[in-house]
Amino acid sequence: MINLWTSVGIWLGALSTLAIWSFLYKDNPFYKIAEQIFVGVSAAYWLVYTIYNILIPNLFSKLIADPKGNWVYYIPGVLGLMMVLRVIPKFEKASFYPLSLLIGTTAGISLLRFLKSDVLAQTTATMLNPFANANIAVMIGQIIIIIGTITGLIYFYFSKKHQGFVGVNARIGIIFLMISFGASFGYTVMARISLLIGRLQFLFGDWLHLIK
Amino acid sequence: MKKNVFVLLFIVVLLCFLYAKEEFRVYDLPNDDGTSLQLEWDKSLADVGQIEILKSFDNKYFTLMQIPDNVFQFTDTDSSFSGKTIYYRLDVKNKEGELINFYKASAIPKAQWFNMQKLPLLIVLLILSFAIVYFINSAKRGKDLYIRRINGLDALEEAVGRSTEMGKPVLFVPGIMDLDDMQTIAGLTILGKLAEKTAEYHCRLIVPVSKSMVLSAAKEVVKTAYMQAGYPDEYQDNDIFYLTDDQFGYVAGLDGIIVREKPAANFLLGCFYAESLIVAETGFASGAIQTAGTAEPSQLPFFVASCDYTLIGEELFAASAYLSKDPQQLGSLKGQDFGKLVIILLIIVGVVLEIFGISVLKDFFTF
Repeated sequence: MINLWTSVGIWLGALSTLAIWSFLYKDNPFYKIAEQIFVGVSAAYWLVYTIYNILIPNLFSKLIADPKGNWVYYIPGVLGLMMVLRVIPKFEKASFYPLSLLIGTTAGISLLRFLKSDVLAQTTATMLNPFANANIAVMIGQIIIIIGTITGLIYFYFSKKHQGFVGVNARIGIIFLMISFGASFGYTVMARISLLIGRLQFLFGDWLHLIK
Repeated sequence: MKKNVFVLLFIVVLLCFLYAKEEFRVYDLPNDDGTSLQLEWDKSLADVGQIEILKSFDNKYFTLMQIPDNVFQFTDTDSSFSGKTIYYRLDVKNKEGELINFYKASAIPKAQWFNMQKLPLLIVLLILSFAIVYFINSAKRGKDLYIRRINGLDALEEAVGRSTEMGKPVLFVPGIMDLDDMQTIAGLTILGKLAEKTAEYHCRLIVPVSKSMVLSAAKEVVKTAYMQAGYPDEYQDNDIFYLTDDQFGYVAGLDGIIVREKPAANFLLGCFYAESLIVAETGFASGAIQTAGTAEPSQLPFFVASCDYTLIGEELFAASAYLSKDPQQLGSLKGQDFGKLVIILLIIVGVVLEIFGISVLKDFFTF
């Protein structure tokens, strides 16, 4: 026998799904209710999640357990407090420091990460000998990779107007990009259809019991 | 003559002795933090029977691991006595588990200051940095640095003007990631320029965000922009607000804002994932002029399909330099362009070398 709360959960899930889908017709009170509940509940969920899964285990517990040994945790603690000071207009400029630190650190770390994983890895992966393989399909594929990468880079070269030699190559580059976007679009739509099928299975199976 | 032959033989024997490989060797793993040792042994030992590695810090050996067949090296990453000698014994056993022979070796794990494997990264970084600094200085000296047109950005002022004429607000969405994502930072930089325009045109700007840190940064960016435009009183603190951290909760909220506030121009600039199409389609249905930009390749197709203008990948990062014409940002963009030229050159040279069977360049940059 299905538990009462499970049943309530299924009904809530089904009605919420229908309320969200009603947006496909137009904005209406059902969608508004579902939207407000979704936004409110998820905001509250993330607040509680942050407190119990980030603040308490990563900061408070460590400082309470060993305040001297874990002195380094005072730094993020103080930076966090400086962010909270935004609520007092007189001290709101204190939040500039943690913000600056975060943005600067992000830029520095990202530079190295992307330089390694995107730039150098892509560069070496493109250094291919297309004629090394006897398979004609592999050969054509590798030539496409080389031309696609170089012309793609030319498209993102901002210092020259897209005309003449640069223009032709940039045009080829954007064609490569659009073909890859098309393939990606189709792939993602397929994934979305599977999400829709999952929802329909929930409605017709778990809720209405019309399918098994 | 005879004496010379003996001297030569002696040298050969000495060299053989010096370079003769031990059957079992242990040495410090290079380019590490001093916690790893590398163990290697001859293939001939594995052919004899099973191999077991024992470890000791003070001559009391304990079993470290049984080595599977056809494995001739092992990296001990738990050399926690960094700086002290660690002893290893390699036991060769027969199929019945009886000890046939054993070999001993020892080494001291040491930390290296530099990871020389990352030298290519340093070289590229230095080239890029020098180029950026050079172009920034050129821009500061007043040199005219050309940047090609970026379509979506030229339409920014037009979109704000249209919103003003229609008496509708402008919506800016900085994506769903936090400030630790470069796309969010790039989006906020464009927000500053957009806010200056909305201030000049006295147009309402709505910025719903999904991360608390982004909220603080967005408020500061917009506030500063309104002050710089000379209209600090026009700044509406309540129009920059937090919705929720949840991806689909956020998009549900955005859809609600789009259909109720009916902004005439939507700017979706930052890091987007599965929510991209939902927001962009709602914006399209509402009739707003839409400019989107992200560096997420999987989401760009949706923006291309449903928005009027799309900033593809690096165009998002180039946008702030394009809009501001700030020497620092222009110089930085020029430096990056120089980096792209170097990469194109490297690829062409690398491909030519590969065709001739030379992999020096590829090997150097592979680490």
